[in-house]
Amino acid sequence: MESEKKDKFNINSHVEEGEVAIELAEDFFMERKYSRTSLYKDAWKRLKRNKLAMFGLSIVILLILIALFAPFLSTHDPIARVKEDSLLGPNKEYWFGTDLLGRDIFSRIIYGSRVSLEVGIIAVGISVLIGLSLGAISGYFGNIPDTIIMRIADIFFAFPYILGAIAIMTVLGPGIINIFIAIGLLGWASFARIFRGSILSIKNKEYIEAARALGASNSRIIIKHIFPNAFAPIIVYATMNVGTAIIVEAALSFLGIGVQPPNPAWGKMLSEALDYIDVAPWMMVFPGLAILITVLGFVLLGDGLRDAFDPKLK
Amino acid sequence: MPQNNKILEVKNLKTYFYTDDGIVKAVDGVSFDLKELETLGIVGETGSGKSVTALSILRLIPQPPGKIVDGEILFKGQNILDMNIKELQDFRGNRISMIFQDPMTSLNPVFTIGNQLMEAILAHQTITKKQAREKSFQLLEMVGIPDIKRRFNSYPHEFSGGMRQRVMIAMAIANNPDILIADEPTTALDVTIQAQILELMHELKEKTKSSIIIITHDLGVVAKYANRVMVMYAGKPVEFSEVDKIFYKPCHPYTIGLMRSITRLDQERKNVLKPIEGSPPSLIDLPIGCIFRVRCEFAVKQCSLSYPELLEVSPGHYSACFRANELFAGFKNLDFLKTKK
Amino acid sequence: MVYFIIRRILQIIPVIIGVTLLLFILLYIIPEDPAQLILQKGATPEALANLRAKMGIDQPIYVQYWRYIKGLFSGNLGTSYRYQRSVNSILAEHYPYSIKLAFAAIIIEIIIGIFAGIISAIKKYSIWDVLVTISTTILVCVPVYWLGMILQVTFGLKLGWLPMSGYGDGSIRYYILPAVTLASVSTAFVARMMRSTMLEALSNDYITTAYAKGLSQFKVIGKHAMKNALIPVVTLIGLDLGSLMGGAILTETVFNWPGVGRTIYLAILQRDAPVVVGGTVILVGIFIIMNLIVDIIYAWLDPRIRFEKVEPNI
Repeated sequence: MESEKKDKFNINSHVEEGEVAIELAEDFFMERKYSRTSLYKDAWKRLKRNKLAMFGLSIVILLILIALFAPFLSTHDPIARVKEDSLLGPNKEYWFGTDLLGRDIFSRIIYGSRVSLEVGIIAVGISVLIGLSLGAISGYFGNIPDTIIMRIADIFFAFPYILGAIAIMTVLGPGIINIFIAIGLLGWASFARIFRGSILSIKNKEYIEAARALGASNSRIIIKHIFPNAFAPIIVYATMNVGTAIIVEAALSFLGIGVQPPNPAWGKMLSEALDYIDVAPWMMVFPGLAILITVLGFVLLGDGLRDAFDPKLK
Repeated sequence: MPQNNKILEVKNLKTYFYTDDGIVKAVDGVSFDLKELETLGIVGETGSGKSVTALSILRLIPQPPGKIVDGEILFKGQNILDMNIKELQDFRGNRISMIFQDPMTSLNPVFTIGNQLMEAILAHQTITKKQAREKSFQLLEMVGIPDIKRRFNSYPHEFSGGMRQRVMIAMAIANNPDILIADEPTTALDVTIQAQILELMHELKEKTKSSIIIITHDLGVVAKYANRVMVMYAGKPVEFSEVDKIFYKPCHPYTIGLMRSITRLDQERKNVLKPIEGSPPSLIDLPIGCIFRVRCEFAVKQCSLSYPELLEVSPGHYSACFRANELFAGFKNLDFLKTKK
Repeated sequence: MVYFIIRRILQIIPVIIGVTLLLFILLYIIPEDPAQLILQKGATPEALANLRAKMGIDQPIYVQYWRYIKGLFSGNLGTSYRYQRSVNSILAEHYPYSIKLAFAAIIIEIIIGIFAGIISAIKKYSIWDVLVTISTTILVCVPVYWLGMILQVTFGLKLGWLPMSGYGDGSIRYYILPAVTLASVSTAFVARMMRSTMLEALSNDYITTAYAKGLSQFKVIGKHAMKNALIPVVTLIGLDLGSLMGGAILTETVFNWPGVGRTIYLAILQRDAPVVVGGTVILVGIFIIMNLIVDIIYAWLDPRIRFEKVEPNI
C-alpha cells in the first residue's frame, strides 16, 4: 500500500517535472510570454494610431450594435406591407422611403444588417475551421496528405468565388443555411495555406525541436506553439474575408438564390429595386450604401490589422 | 603614391532621417578630404553613419525620409550639393562611382549582366551599341570574368556572389571615374573571395589612376589597403589619421577599443580579446556631451558636459576626445595591449 | 521554356478533373428530379422512367460521371432541361457578347489600373496618391451591380448621355457603362497592387545602383522598377479574370447584356441546372487557361522562374 502510493506519487511528479521542463524550454527558447504579449501590445498601439483602421473598427462596432438592437432602432415592422404607402420617397414617416409593397426601407436595412453579419461571421467561421484543420494536417504531416490537400486547395483557388457560390446555391437551393455552407466551403483554401505556411516556417525552429525532444506531443506543439504564431495572419485574413462573404451573400440574394423573401437582405432589396430605378431610385441608393459602408468597415479594419501586425508590409 | 592635391572635400556634412519615432541624426557633422590616388578607409560599427556618408556624397539618400541638412561636398572645388538633376546624372557613375555591399541585391534580377553593363557605359559615352558591347567585353575581362561571350547574356542569379561583385566593379570603372566609393564591398562574400575582390580593386586603382573610399568594419582591410583612415562613431568622426599612426598610436578610446577587439599576429597569446562593453546608442535624442562616454573607461566629468572637438594630437592626426593628448603622451603607461583580467 | 510550359500544362490536368468532379457531384446531388422538371406535372410514371433511362440518370454515379467526362472532352455539355436544346448551342449563341464585353473591361483595367498605380507610387502621399487610394478602397467594397445601377441612373436616365442597357446596334456607346462596371473592382485591385509593387521595387538596392550609374529617373522607373513591379501585377490580372467572370453574371444581368452571364442568371431562375453548370464549367475553363497563359508570361518576364527545375512546395 505504502509503496504503491509512493510509486503513484513518483509517476505524477515525473509527469509534472516533464511538464515544467517543457514550459521552461519553451520560455527559454522563444521568450514566449514576453514576446507574444508585446506583439499584441505593439500591434494595438499601431492600430490605434491608424485613423482609417479606427474608422473601420467603429463601423464594425456600430454594425454589431445595430444588429443587436434592431428591434429598438427600427421604426416599422420590416416585413409588414402597407398597400397604400407603396413606392413612397423618403419622408418624415418613412426616412428612407418605401418599396413596392409599402414596406419601410429604413427598418428593412436595420434588420438586413443581421443577415449580413450572420453570413459574414458564420461562413468565415466555417472557412477558418476547415482551413485550419486541413492546413494543420497538411503542414504538420507533409508528404501524401500535404500533396492531396494542397491540390484540392488549388482546385478551390481555381474556382472563382461567386461562380462557385452560384453553382452550389443552384444545387442546394436558396436559404440562409445554404449560404453559410456555400460561402464557408469556398473560402477555406486561403486559411489552409496560411496555416500550413506558418507551420512549415516554424516547424524546424530550435524551440520546436526542443519541445519535441522533451516529449511534447504533436497536438500540444500545434496548439501551444504553432497556433499562437499563426494567429495574427489568420485574424487579418478572416476580417477581410468577412467583407468578401457579405458582398457574395448580397450578390447571391440579388440573383435570387440567396436569402428568400420576405426576409430583409440588402442584396435582395437591390434586386427588387432594379425594376424601379427610374421611378423609385431611393430603393437602390440606401441598401447599396449599407453594403458599401459595411464592407468598407471590414476591409479598412483588415488592412489596418495587417499593417499593425506586420509593419514591414506598409 | 597619393598626391597632395585634394580631389574631394567634405565639410560638416549632416544627413538626418525624419522618422515616426523622431529625427535620426545618421551623419552629424562629418568632415574629411580625399587626395588624388589615395585610398581612404572609413571604419565604424553598423549604424555609425559610414554608409550614409558614402550615399550622401552621390546624393543617393532616399528622400523622404532622409535629407542632407547641412554641409558641403566639394569635388575639385565644385559643390555636389548645388548641382541640378541633369548635372548630377552626368556626374554619378561618371566622375564618382559606387560599389555596394550586397551584390545579390544590387544587380537587377530581370536584366542580363550585359544589358546592365552596357547601360552604364551608354549613360555617359556617346558610342554605338556595338562599341559599348566591345567595351563591356574588355571590362569583364579586366575584372576576371571567364567565358565572357556566354556570361554576357546571363542573368545575375546565374552568377556567384564573388562574380556578381566583379560585375559591379566592372560597371563602376566603366567610365574611368576619378573616385570609386566601395561600401563594404566584401561583407556579403565568403572569406576566400573577399581577398580576391580587394586585390582586384587595388590593382584596378593602380591601372585606372583613381582614388578609393573604402567603407568597412574590418580593420584588417584598412591596415592593408588604406593610406588614411577615418573612424566613425554614432554619426560623428572620432579619429582621423594616417593608417600607421592610428594603428600604432590610437588616440581615441573607441579606436583603442576596436584595436583590442581584433586578433593580432604580433600579440602575445596570453592576451585575451576584449570586446567593447555595451552597445551603440540609438541615434534619436542623443545626449549632450560625448556619445561614447557611457562605454568609455577613460571618461571624466567634462565628457558629459560638451562634445569634444577634433583635436590635432600630431600633424595630420585628429581625435575627438578631451583626453586625446594624454592618450597620445601617456601611451606607453596605459599599456593597453596587456589586458588585465 | 518548353519544358516549363509542358510542366504547367501537366499540372492543370488534375485541377480540371477536380473541378469537373466537384461540379458533377453538385449536379448529381441536385434534389429535384430532372425528368419531373422536363415533363412537368401529370406525367405518367412510365414516361418518367423512360426519360430517366434515356438521360441515363438511373445508372450508378461513376457511369454517369464517365459519360459526363467523355461528353465534356468531346465538347458536349449536356441538354437543357427547359429548352430541350444542347447546352453548347445555347452558350455558343451568347458567348461572343461576353467575350467582347470582357475584352473591353480588361483594356480599361490594364490602362487605368496600371497608370493610376504608377502615379500613386511615384507621387507618394501627394494629392493624386490620396485620390487613387480613396477611390480604389471604395471601389473594392462596392457591389458591382449596384455601381451598374448608379451609372444607369446617372448617365442613362438623368443625363441621357448613354444608353441605359442592352446591346443595341453593338456600337461603342452601348459598351461603355457595362464595361466600366465590369472593370471597376479589378481596376481598383490592379491600381493598388501596382502601387505597392512599384513602391516595393523602388525600395530595392538595384534602384540605388541604377541611380548611382547616372541614369535618369524616367529610365530608372520606366525600366528597372517597371519590369519588376509588373510581374506580380500580370499575375493579378490573370487571377482576377475569375472575379471578372463572376462579375459578368451580375453586370450582364443589370445591363440586360445578352451574354453567357445573363444566360446563367436566367437558367438559375428557371432551375435549369445543366445550363448553369455548363456555363460555369466554360467560365472556369477559360479562367484556368488564362492562368496558364499568365504563368507563361510570368516566366518570360522573370528569368529566375524560367530556370527553376522543380517547383518547391512551400
